[in-house]
Amino acid sequence: MALLEVRDLKVEFRRRGEEPVRAVDGVSFDVQPGQTVGLVGESGCGKSVTALTIMGLLPKRGPHVSGSARFDATELLSLSDRQMRDRRGRDLGMVFQDPLSSLNPVVPIGLQVTEVLERHRGMSRRQATVEAADLLDKVGIPDPRRRLDEYPHQLSGGMRQRALIAIALACRPRLLIADEPTTALDVTIQAQILALLANLVRDTETALIMITHDLGVVAGLCDEVNVLYAGRVVERAKRHDLFAIPRHPYTHGLLSSIPRLDAPRGDRLSPITGSVADNIPWTTGCAFAPRCPNALDVCVEVTPEMTDDVGVPDNRSLRCHNPVERAKRDGEALV
Amino acid sequence: MLRYTVRRLLQLVLVVVALSLLLFAWLRSLPGGPVSALLGERATPALRAQLTAELGLDQPIFVQYFKFLGRALSGDFGVSTGVQPGDSAMEIFLQRFPATLELSVLAILIAVAVGIPLGYLAARRRGGVLDNLSVVGSLIGVAVPVFFLAFVLKQVFAVELGWFPTTGRQEGGLDATRVTGFFVLDGLITREWDAAWDAVKHLILPAIALSSIPFSVIFRITRASVLDVLDEDFVRTAESKGLTTPVIRRRHVLRNAMLPVVTTIGLQTGALLAGAVLTEKVFAFPGIGQALAIGFERRDYPVLLLLILCAAGVFVLVNLAVDLSYAVIDPRIRSGSGGGR
Ligand SMILES: Nc1ncnc2c1ncn2[C@@H]1O[C@H](COP(=O)(O)OP(=O)(O)O)[C@@H](O)[C@H]1O
Ligand SMILES: [Mg+2]
Repeated sequence: MALLEVRDLKVEFRRRGEEPVRAVDGVSFDVQPGQTVGLVGESGCGKSVTALTIMGLLPKRGPHVSGSARFDATELLSLSDRQMRDRRGRDLGMVFQDPLSSLNPVVPIGLQVTEVLERHRGMSRRQATVEAADLLDKVGIPDPRRRLDEYPHQLSGGMRQRALIAIALACRPRLLIADEPTTALDVTIQAQILALLANLVRDTETALIMITHDLGVVAGLCDEVNVLYAGRVVERAKRHDLFAIPRHPYTHGLLSSIPRLDAPRGDRLSPITGSVADNIPWTTGCAFAPRCPNALDVCVEVTPEMTDDVGVPDNRSLRCHNPVERAKRDGEALV
Repeated sequence: MLRYTVRRLLQLVLVVVALSLLLFAWLRSLPGGPVSALLGERATPALRAQLTAELGLDQPIFVQYFKFLGRALSGDFGVSTGVQPGDSAMEIFLQRFPATLELSVLAILIAVAVGIPLGYLAARRRGGVLDNLSVVGSLIGVAVPVFFLAFVLKQVFAVELGWFPTTGRQEGGLDATRVTGFFVLDGLITREWDAAWDAVKHLILPAIALSSIPFSVIFRITRASVLDVLDEDFVRTAESKGLTTPVIRRRHVLRNAMLPVVTTIGLQTGALLAGAVLTEKVFAFPGIGQALAIGFERRDYPVLLLLILCAAGVFVLVNLAVDLSYAVIDPRIRSGSGGGR
């Protein structure tokens, strides 16, 4: 059975005097125990809102949530605030985008680690301090004992993100959600943090939802990838299959906009034209149609359903009337 | 840190000396003067001249000032001519300062004890009933003159209901022992409980009146500051750890929200003195404020000079304490520019 089952999750922000915003528009995906699943898509497609909904961290007022998110057979969306608080940090951990602003500037690093151990693992401050030093050591922070007494501003960006990973994994959650954990970091540090995450989730058999707008991040890490567009999953495949044969024109566009070392010289990157602002609502057709090079008349008339893709031999789901044929990627080396 | 403190204390000395010069000149430029105040308008010119000479007011102003400075260095600030004629200014200060300090500390305690929790709750339930009520309440608190509030409190709770005494610091019949000049403290030290309780009862109404402006300001700053902090990423991180609400409130929200509030508390000590003049007048409370009011009416130069200088000194010291407590709250300030990214 899946560890996490998200079904038809919808989140709408309603504010008085404003148009409601459909941030998430029927997302479904599964995460198996120990599996690393990618959620990929342009900024604004609803990745963070999906993550925050699963974690029960949406603002109290404003959002309307429907659908289901079952964790280990428990419906998370119907848990009380108190029950959710017991699970967060213990069963579900989360790492955020900006490590500097995600740490409390006036509380020592040590306390920011020990407080979660005291809360969920019933440790005394003394036991927790020993454990915290051990955790910092495991995430590759040198001289962890000294670091315990330091404050976030005394650490480098990479060290801060390592500390946040240590905090998120402190109580050995079964699911970790990482929301663009490397976006705010220097390029050289990004790879280190990704490698660290990959090692940690493998060693501890933690399931990971890796949220990113960058397919390059997915390439090294994920078992399965969900491509999101305008609040819905448009394509789901194993990582290798997706990179080998992107079927949705949006996925294809995302892949073509990654610089490739093995691309023939003179071959231009082909970013997706248009922007999210061109979306049409999913109710009146395919939201991507206005930007889609493959769009047919049917695309703006009939909303495509998520179906098993029979056009390829692998096990994949697709939401598209006119997927990209393999031939279209002629001349491009496969990953 | 130590060097910083020492530098600030040296600055304090400079401020006080400069202020003394300004005050000295300004007081003597006021219409009227101690001689008219003491003798009335119809005194003979001869009598006036004699008193003027006795007070040393016939000499050039800079001579007067340097004489004042010389004596001040040995702790002699002259003799009162109006507030308590014949007593030394220092004596008056030592008598009255504890009274006002007691009153101000209680007022600030009330303002902090009500303003900070209320500001936090209002921010947590933004737009709710409590929030709206307390925002309106704090507007009224700032808008209603302290003088008027003091008067209403006195009329209702002292005169009509009789719950509190109308004036003074202590019931005359009690004959309490004096140790420190702080009447509440004295009562506690000497175990004269009824005297301590009586002193507290005398303080309550004036302290409430005096706390109205600091309360309103502290409430509003706390509310705004908590609203800011609640939006911070690290609060979301704290929530993502499943921490309990009290821990999040204390360790993550309030600690960060307190920086601007602490500054405000420091600045409010200035407003407190202005409020004390009016409150003490309404309640005939024998503190610095009352002495300042009487001192101005009767042009009591020595008393005015000493009291205002001391008030300025206290204001600077409190704000130094505020800056130092900043460093305690915020490690980024503690490590100075040495930290950084
Ligand atoms: N608290 C909020 N109130 C209103 N709209 C929001 C809120 N949070 C997110 N949104 C909107 O929801 C959409 C999806 O946002 P998000 O999930 O953050 O995107 P991303 O995929 O970049 O993480 C965006 O259009 C965003 O403006
Ligand atoms: Mg995001």
